[in-house]
Amino acid sequence: MALVLTEEQQLLRDTATQFFQERLPIANLRKLRDTKDATGFDQAAWKEMADLGFAGIMISEKYGGTDFGPVGLGLVLEQAGRTLAASPLVSTVLLCGSAVQLAGNATQRQEILSAIAAGDRIMALALEEGPHHNPTHIATRAEADGSSYRISGTKTFVLDGHVAEQLIVVARTNGDENDRTGITLFLVDPKAAGVKVTRTIMVDSRNAANIEFDNVSVPASAVLGSVDGGNDVLEQVLDIARIGLSAEMLGMVQQTFDTTLEYLKERKQFGKVIGSFQALQHRMAVLFSEIELCRSVVLDALSALEERRNDVPLIASLAKSRLSDVATLMTNEGLQMHGGMGMTDQFDVGLFMKRARVAAASFGDGNFHRDRYATLEGY
Amino acid sequence: MEALEKFRQETRAWLEENCPKSMRTPMSEEETVWGGRNAKYANPDSKLWLDRMASRGWTAPTWPTEYGGGGLSKEENQVLQQELRRIKARPALSSFGIWMLGPALLEFANEEQKKEHLPKIVRGEIRWCQGYSEPGAGSDLAGLQTKCEDKGDHYLVNGQKIWTSYADKADWIFCLVRTDTTKKHDGISFLLFDMMSPGVEARPITMISGASPFCETFFTDVKVPKKNLVGELNKGWTIAKRLLQHEREMISGMGLGGVGSGSGLGGLEQVAKDYFGEADGKVASPSLRDHITRQKMDSRAFALTMQRSAEEAKAGQGPGAASSIFKYYGTELNKRRYELLLELMGTKALGWEGDGFDDAEIGVTRSWLRSKGNSIEGGTSEVQLNVVSKRVLGLPD
Repeated sequence: MALVLTEEQQLLRDTATQFFQERLPIANLRKLRDTKDATGFDQAAWKEMADLGFAGIMISEKYGGTDFGPVGLGLVLEQAGRTLAASPLVSTVLLCGSAVQLAGNATQRQEILSAIAAGDRIMALALEEGPHHNPTHIATRAEADGSSYRISGTKTFVLDGHVAEQLIVVARTNGDENDRTGITLFLVDPKAAGVKVTRTIMVDSRNAANIEFDNVSVPASAVLGSVDGGNDVLEQVLDIARIGLSAEMLGMVQQTFDTTLEYLKERKQFGKVIGSFQALQHRMAVLFSEIELCRSVVLDALSALEERRNDVPLIASLAKSRLSDVATLMTNEGLQMHGGMGMTDQFDVGLFMKRARVAAASFGDGNFHRDRYATLEGY
Repeated sequence: MEALEKFRQETRAWLEENCPKSMRTPMSEEETVWGGRNAKYANPDSKLWLDRMASRGWTAPTWPTEYGGGGLSKEENQVLQQELRRIKARPALSSFGIWMLGPALLEFANEEQKKEHLPKIVRGEIRWCQGYSEPGAGSDLAGLQTKCEDKGDHYLVNGQKIWTSYADKADWIFCLVRTDTTKKHDGISFLLFDMMSPGVEARPITMISGASPFCETFFTDVKVPKKNLVGELNKGWTIAKRLLQHEREMISGMGLGGVGSGSGLGGLEQVAKDYFGEADGKVASPSLRDHITRQKMDSRAFALTMQRSAEEAKAGQGPGAASSIFKYYGTELNKRRYELLLELMGTKALGWEGDGFDDAEIGVTRSWLRSKGNSIEGGTSEVQLNVVSKRVLGLPD
């Protein structure tokens, strides 16, 4: 288990740190929010991220990627989390890139992966159908119609859904709503007839959309992977996303902790800095412990992916559960320790709290993943 | 690498030949081998196993051979420990001398002291106890008052210690004494003496678990030879702190243990299924199931953190900031584990003695009570949090 970084990885982390601090600081997210930016992320910055190799970090060199692997991607995401950088990393790289990598045929891989690595394609995974993550509850149906399929259903919380140039839609080709099998992944053009995309403005000022599919016709060549066999791919893709999001949350948690610690050393009341009060010191020491555990879990989860260990589902649930809960705890504690200033929009801690909740709700929160962990462990 | 593999083969062969079969079975707490002048061995194999391991210095594998140790490198010791685990060998010797005093002597004692004391520790001939806490010096350990006066050819010790683990069974004590009353930290010295010395009295204290592992220890005009001072006069606090580190590392490992190891109850989920019940293969209570998962997840996260810290140390990054949380987190985790066990087992974990409960169940009850001390001994959780706040986070007084 590689819980310590190699020199190459440290270098990548330093590059990422510098990029996000200088190019996508929190001010960038505020600007996107305040100008009601139609795209919801900085397109020029995304192109630069592709040039730095971040977009192709999980993609092999033959498709123009850098193939730094999951640990590398985790390092980039952690730094992105520190500045709340809005980018299509989750939607396009973690979710859709992985799905194509895992399930795509040679043509699909060649065409899509090289476009992603170059920063030329934004993609989105249309999965969720209700307010809670539930990857096996799929009511959206794809009915065979000659050599093509007709998709009907409604998807929600589709990350980057309104800017995606290509969708991966999770639809049912067989069985009942709650069956594990009978699920198929389809590549769908959002401009196709019958697709209606509605952007949803979320509390974290990041992109999401509701998407309706009304009898949308797609050719058989749009199937990604095997018909009825989508669940296996989906599970693997989701675990990658869960671990990636955990890495992003680690950055958010660490940043909130650092900022709060700094504040405690500056803010004075009763004639002394409030960081001298034991009531606050002990809470910070406890948070410090929780974050140290978070870091170990995220590093282990990333190396589990990298080494293709068979306990990836288990460690993914551990990571996503712990990081979701600690991110909520840390941002709440951070806000409280900032006092009234923490309640103002001017201070960043509120932005971190909002993002923490959305990241926690993405692909399963603590409750979802504890239940999954227990099931995987056989109790 | 080749040499290490050769060492593994040799070690495996030696253990195969020398570790008695009965020493490869789970061990109850009463069977723990502590050594010492008055050691009793319920099973004669225990003594045989101790002597054989000690003859190779493998009770203290990394200590230099000149002091009776095994002289093994870190890597060789890892191999030895792996091989011991492989055959489920019992620890040949449990000893405060090995865990705490020895490393301090190796670092701070003079040659004569090392030659005198270390080999006896390795062989389990002398059992040591630790004289640190006093009635008026708990968390504020440096406030200790046990008086040590220079009487020319000897020291004279007067005072009282408390929470002295196994003082009634130990042969010698390593003791913090006050040699300068005008200074606090710089007036403490580190002294070794024989518990048979006239004027030493140890009285066991009955704890909430019913056991009496701790004593009040009284010193009345105890004469101690001057050669028994370790390090310089009034510089004992440095040694004391280093020793506390070893103690905290020892205690923090407890958060990872199985259910009172060797109790045969199995993991938390098994206990839940056995004592609460299951439905469709799941623990029947969703609430208990969730609590179990939280506990398992936190244990795993903690184990990974200890592992990361060890890897960072090996990579030469020094003991990371993470290590400062081990005592706090490990002990709190262990306490939570026992609270959860009580919830899983219901009244079956609430027996005290006699019929109606088996040994494993009584063991859980007693261990639950014992676990409360984990976050008090060796520096309370609150003291640990103070250390993290001030030394790691740099928060001011």
